[in-house]
Amino acid sequence: MTQDSATQGLSDLDTGPGPLQHRLDTVELAARTPDVEQPYGELGLESDEYARITAILGRRPTTAELAMYSVMWSEHCSYKSSKVHLRRFGDLPRSEALLVGIGENAGVVDVGDGYAVTFKVESHNHPSYVEPYQGAATGVGGIVRDILTMGARPIAVMDSLRFGRADAPDTARVLPGVVAGVGGYGNCLGLPNIGGELLFDDCYAGNPLVNALCVGVMKHEDVRLAKAEGAGNKVVLFGARTGGDGIGGVSVLASETFDAEGPAKRPSVQVGDPFTEKLLIEACLEIFREDLVTGIQDLGGAGLSCATSELASAGTGGMHVDLDAVPLRDSTLTPAEILMSESQERMCAIVEPGKVEQFLAVCRKWDVLATVIGEVTEGDRLTVDWHGERIVDVPPRTVAHEGPVYDRPMQRPADLDDLQADDPAALARPTTPEELAAHWLAVVASPDGADKTWVTEQYDRYVRGNTVLAQPDDAGVVRIDEETSRGIALALDGNGRYARLDPYAGTQLNLAEAYRNVAVSGARPLAVTNCLNFGSPEEPEVMWQFAEAVRGLADACRELGLPVTGGNVSLYNQTGDVPINPTPVIGVLGVHEDVRTRVPTGWRTAGETVLLLGETRPEFGGSAWASVVHGHLGGRPPAVDLGAERALGELLAALGREGLVSSAHDLADGGLAQTLAESALRYGTGARLTLDGDPFTALFSESAARVVVTTTDPEAVRATAEWTGVPVTALGTTGGDVLAVEGVAELPLAELRAAWSATLPALFGTPEATVGSVPAGTVPTS
Amino acid sequence: MRIGVITFPGSLDDVDAARAVRLAGAEPVALWHAEHDLKDVEAVVLPGGFSYGDYLRAGAIAARAPMMRDVVDRARQGMPVLGICNGFQVLCEAGLLPGALTRNGHLHFRNRDQALRIERADTAWTSDYEAGQQIVVPVKNGEGRYVAADADLDRIEGEGRVVVRYVEGNPNGSMRDIAGVTSADGRVVGLMPHPEHAVEDLTGPGTDGLGFFTSVLKAVVAA
Repeated sequence: MTQDSATQGLSDLDTGPGPLQHRLDTVELAARTPDVEQPYGELGLESDEYARITAILGRRPTTAELAMYSVMWSEHCSYKSSKVHLRRFGDLPRSEALLVGIGENAGVVDVGDGYAVTFKVESHNHPSYVEPYQGAATGVGGIVRDILTMGARPIAVMDSLRFGRADAPDTARVLPGVVAGVGGYGNCLGLPNIGGELLFDDCYAGNPLVNALCVGVMKHEDVRLAKAEGAGNKVVLFGARTGGDGIGGVSVLASETFDAEGPAKRPSVQVGDPFTEKLLIEACLEIFREDLVTGIQDLGGAGLSCATSELASAGTGGMHVDLDAVPLRDSTLTPAEILMSESQERMCAIVEPGKVEQFLAVCRKWDVLATVIGEVTEGDRLTVDWHGERIVDVPPRTVAHEGPVYDRPMQRPADLDDLQADDPAALARPTTPEELAAHWLAVVASPDGADKTWVTEQYDRYVRGNTVLAQPDDAGVVRIDEETSRGIALALDGNGRYARLDPYAGTQLNLAEAYRNVAVSGARPLAVTNCLNFGSPEEPEVMWQFAEAVRGLADACRELGLPVTGGNVSLYNQTGDVPINPTPVIGVLGVHEDVRTRVPTGWRTAGETVLLLGETRPEFGGSAWASVVHGHLGGRPPAVDLGAERALGELLAALGREGLVSSAHDLADGGLAQTLAESALRYGTGARLTLDGDPFTALFSESAARVVVTTTDPEAVRATAEWTGVPVTALGTTGGDVLAVEGVAELPLAELRAAWSATLPALFGTPEATVGSVPAGTVPTS
Repeated sequence: MRIGVITFPGSLDDVDAARAVRLAGAEPVALWHAEHDLKDVEAVVLPGGFSYGDYLRAGAIAARAPMMRDVVDRARQGMPVLGICNGFQVLCEAGLLPGALTRNGHLHFRNRDQALRIERADTAWTSDYEAGQQIVVPVKNGEGRYVAADADLDRIEGEGRVVVRYVEGNPNGSMRDIAGVTSADGRVVGLMPHPEHAVEDLTGPGTDGLGFFTSVLKAVVAA
């Protein structure tokens, strides 16, 4: 289906030739003309879904109603294929830390001292492929508004990015635009970017993943909810004008597969204006401070259809909207298009009549356009008028919360047995010191392992002055109170290779990694969010992967005692009939009682003892080594041991509290090889190390529940580790400008850094090569 | 001592500038762009950000804000004014400082910890440094390339108006590595790097930036 044909179908009915020429499709007309053919298929609805709408209304829907149902019943908005599985998260034991759970715009967690934190990650995959800059930018904008809607001041963002092979021509088109879009929007909003991921795999070539996370902070009493209550209260639309951009974005872009032959879908992508969003943030926070709203909702996917029906549905049910009042960017828009438009930087608030003038005054102060477009009504109908005629009259719950739910067929992928049997044990291993060193450099310099500065220096990490740790540290750490130094830690991790080999275990490993990354910073892990990126739910094998991933995550959260506060599902991530690797991206939030005790990842001081915490087994399935050196994906992912993760987390918290370690860095993709290189390069301090046993296994195994720490007091670390049962292995001592492993390699840091840092600039351009540094005092020739 | 920090629509580092003022021992006073009330402040900081979304030209619209007329008048009478990043752009657009800031030569936004050399340690904002001293503070901008006509650059250099210069690499292609300049009387300083992000060891690359905010305390007392 195309954007053009979708709107064409609507226009035909509104203004085109035929029996309805020049007639507005009103509720009254719909009741009189039951046999009009409607373009429900082009709007993404199935015939039985259309029949259900007709049954709910007792007549055919009007054009405007059909538009609302089609966007709200899309996969993106309704979660119709995933809902039956996501219930597992709701079944987790109630956590005391969880103030607001799944179902609101974002979950809210108690982080102590009266502070509440809300965080969520959301995908903007399909728009970012069509229009990389705007797709990524509006992805950031959307998640920031979700956080704002909860009553919180957004304080930081993160981004998790996946592209096709790094040297593929289309990656050079998509990646720079996505990075510039994430940076352009977040920088202009004044939100520090504190970390994320950048990974490459062929499976994302026609379907990159752009997942953006935002975190916000507020006091407990400031939590706001999206519901419309109190008949007579006004509905106020504020922010940008409504235009023709992004019409049907959720039903067209986010809920369908890209076909190689398909026509251009550019008009479905929204265009962002971060300056307007910055004003919207400040205006909203002032509105919250003055206590001027009873309910609030942002306009994202499905625009006004979503905001009005969700507000009414979550409240008492009745709302009336006068669509003529909506300020437009394009006066030719039809009422259905106005209801579907996904123009960015808009919010909808429910305001008591006596507070409307004050509300509008705050908006005027911030140059934010605000318009009363309707009011909360008695009863349980959402009605919309256009030019004095009724064009929508629906029970809002049927639009927003009682959409179709599918328990789709599932089937274990037919190739999974063969894939798991293809064990990397059969791959040729490096044996000589020269080979080990070459493989080490290959992993570290691979696009996944390489220095990410090319990306992260396009992001502002300093704004607001509370960023304590950011990429390349394992977790982002932000101070939330300058008096007490209380703060939070956040990590965002995924591994599509592990999840492809075993979605249940792979998802648990992703959670374990994010949990560990938060723990190494010295924080106490508190809550989980997720962004589940999968292929088409209509493929039984994809649906099985999805169900396994959800089951794995729910089981692991239960074992670790962490609530899932919410999340996002992105389906139809495939090109033609080839789905992406199942890619759950997991975010873990932790709390720091005092961010001054945070633990960085790098080695800074010579003469410290390097210790490996945790146990190393020969585990290479889905490993970076197998992928980089052999282009191999097979076998089973590393074993999951959540008990060991928990013990390690407790140990790290104790070590951080006691100030016993000066650095801690987790082991994940690339194993010890990657961790040692990153630890040494962070501040340019080398080490002399000796590895027990087989050096290949020691360097490249990706066994979970492992961390490297440095300390001046190894005996105290051992003593603390003893009561948690975490094995401790001494590796050697920091110092010098060489990373030396006895009998394996002597890697001068300069050489290691050259290999590690050159990869991304070589692929995506070296700014210095075109500009250069102009020596002081010389006259340029411009 | 009261130091004003102006918030324009789109200002971002106003909270950071206020924190730096406080850590330097002065009282930060929030000023609103649309007003004409300088609230008895003795110096003013124009913070970083994207005032008016950088529309038209970075700093161009903010330079015409009501509050800026008061700032320009007072600056001409010797009130110390510091413009950081977007604030520097505003000061150039307002005619208080020479030159202009254009799109970075490599066209990317760039955020890094940047080495700078203090060229002038006798302005209202740099007297706590030594001339020739090297410091590290973050730089982060998309339109930070300092440009001027050759003859103007020669004059600026000849008059000793360059306050800070990029060393160990030029992050944006600025002519003659110029990172910041001052007015003829040394009271108005603008620079692209962000000293307000280097005032605490916990959150910055160090505390090298604090000197800008402690210097002005003496400048005001001395005036």
